[in-house]
Amino acid sequence: MRIGVITFPGSLDDVDARRGVRLAGAEPVALWHGDHDLQGVDALVLPGGFSYGDYLRAGAIASRSPIMAEVIDAANSGMPVLGICNGFQMLAEARLVPGAHTRNAHQQFIRRDQVLTVENASTAWTTHFEQGEEIIVPLKNADGRFVADPATIERIEGEGQVVFRYTHVNPNGSINDIAGVCNERGNVVGLMPHPEHATEPGFGPDTEAAMASGVDGLRFFTSALDALLARA
Amino acid sequence: MPTIVVEVMPKAEILDPQGKAVAGALERLGKSAFTGVRIGKRFELTTDGPADEALLTEVRELAVEMLSNSVIEDVVSVSVLDESPAGETH
Repeated sequence: MRIGVITFPGSLDDVDARRGVRLAGAEPVALWHGDHDLQGVDALVLPGGFSYGDYLRAGAIASRSPIMAEVIDAANSGMPVLGICNGFQMLAEARLVPGAHTRNAHQQFIRRDQVLTVENASTAWTTHFEQGEEIIVPLKNADGRFVADPATIERIEGEGQVVFRYTHVNPNGSINDIAGVCNERGNVVGLMPHPEHATEPGFGPDTEAAMASGVDGLRFFTSALDALLARA
Repeated sequence: MPTIVVEVMPKAEILDPQGKAVAGALERLGKSAFTGVRIGKRFELTTDGPADEALLTEVRELAVEMLSNSVIEDVVSVSVLDESPAGETH
């Protein structure tokens, strides 16, 4: 199975995302924002970073990249798509997932090993988690405050489109502690924390067991791999 | 060279941390007359051609679809900059 990772101008975590894909047992494929070509991949990752320096709004300019036409078509036809941090902001700007992001309520950039509760373990990227499971995934952002109007919040809460919730600490003022959401179909998932930074022992977040031992992020990619194998 | 001005503001119900920080600074400076500050964006689009109704219609669409995000922002105004000496926007 081939999972594409798109590099935009200012992407930072595209290489880590490809590494996560490889560690999960899939073949990573490097894709370029300026192409109109998904190279026949089976799933897509929009990685983190600060595309276009967060100019206009975080993710806004990248979400209008040439390749996004193909990404939107693929997402709407059911391809698993994961947006991480800046990639989540792009998915929201492209209206592939609900909501938007603003500057963190405390105005600071923040980096921490963040506990999340898995609220929906049936999306393309979360089947290897248990419903209600607490996981640890590194978080690092400046514009991470998830917002939407009250009607949208009520709808996505009711429809199971809230996939991850910040637990113990709300690091940025996101409404209802929302850390990640999905589209109605559950194939497109976006979250602010970075699962690709929690895929290899010794390089992940600290856990109660040992320093840098957290690998909860790996299950995002193994979940997608399973979803693809089930469809094949 | 005509200039079209687009102004965008964060929606009233959206927390504006930048505005809040400035309001806090004003308070610390003893400027007690102000009860709030909100910070928005002003875009100036220049064109070599005429800023006619067709172009303004296009800019209004762009303002809603790209220059702002309707989840968090409102387009407050789209206007042509008057370049006469006593220039005001109209």
